[in-house]
Amino acid sequence: MGHWTYTVILILTLLAAAWLQAIPGVNVLNRPRRLGTAMLPGLLFVVWDIVAAQESWWFFDDGRIFGPRILGLPLEEYGFFIVVPICAVLGFEAARVTRAKL
Amino acid sequence: MIYTLGSVLAILISLAIDRWGTRKRLILRLDFWVAYAIIVFFQLLMNGFLTGIPVVTYNPDVIIGLRIVYAPIEDLGFGFGLVLLVLTVWTRLGHGETPRFAAPSQRATLPAAPSIPDDDAQ
Repeated sequence: MGHWTYTVILILTLLAAAWLQAIPGVNVLNRPRRLGTAMLPGLLFVVWDIVAAQESWWFFDDGRIFGPRILGLPLEEYGFFIVVPICAVLGFEAARVTRAKL
Repeated sequence: MIYTLGSVLAILISLAIDRWGTRKRLILRLDFWVAYAIIVFFQLLMNGFLTGIPVVTYNPDVIIGLRIVYAPIEDLGFGFGLVLLVLTVWTRLGHGETPRFAAPSQRATLPAAPSIPDDDAQ
């Protein structure tokens, strides 16, 4: 998959959870403001990631990302902090709503 | 081992914010742990690909060396911290929420739909 690798992983992760929105009672993707605010704690981790990349605590394979970076982090890594919180909230709401119906 | 330290800090900070920041105490709710069990499975899968292919490589000097599905054990801590923080803020914002963003087609059916309270465990 080459340069697409990280992007494909992000897309597959999002797809793995996105269908949960279709469960009656799961209201996540249609609450953009609430969802956007809930994603803010991810910024803490973004800062940590920027430091980790600068201090060479980890390395991204240039062959598996597209290349553009902001503050040393590949764009895909910022995508991670958009995709993962969305998936987490979808999973939480789906579990909560399903359990409430049992 | 700085990455190990960061991982422990991520867990502690998320626990503190869940307890004193949002005051939702999600970690005392079964809803959270059921969801986390599902989320952690997918986290291991995603992280396994990222570190197994590998898209990302860790400096061996900053991690303790234990690995789970290719990923450093530390990533479990970072993942837990991120998930708990996002979910505790999400839950905090749920108070008095009205379905303002519902699509028009959905809006028509909303009054009939049973509402499931956010704080069923309190």
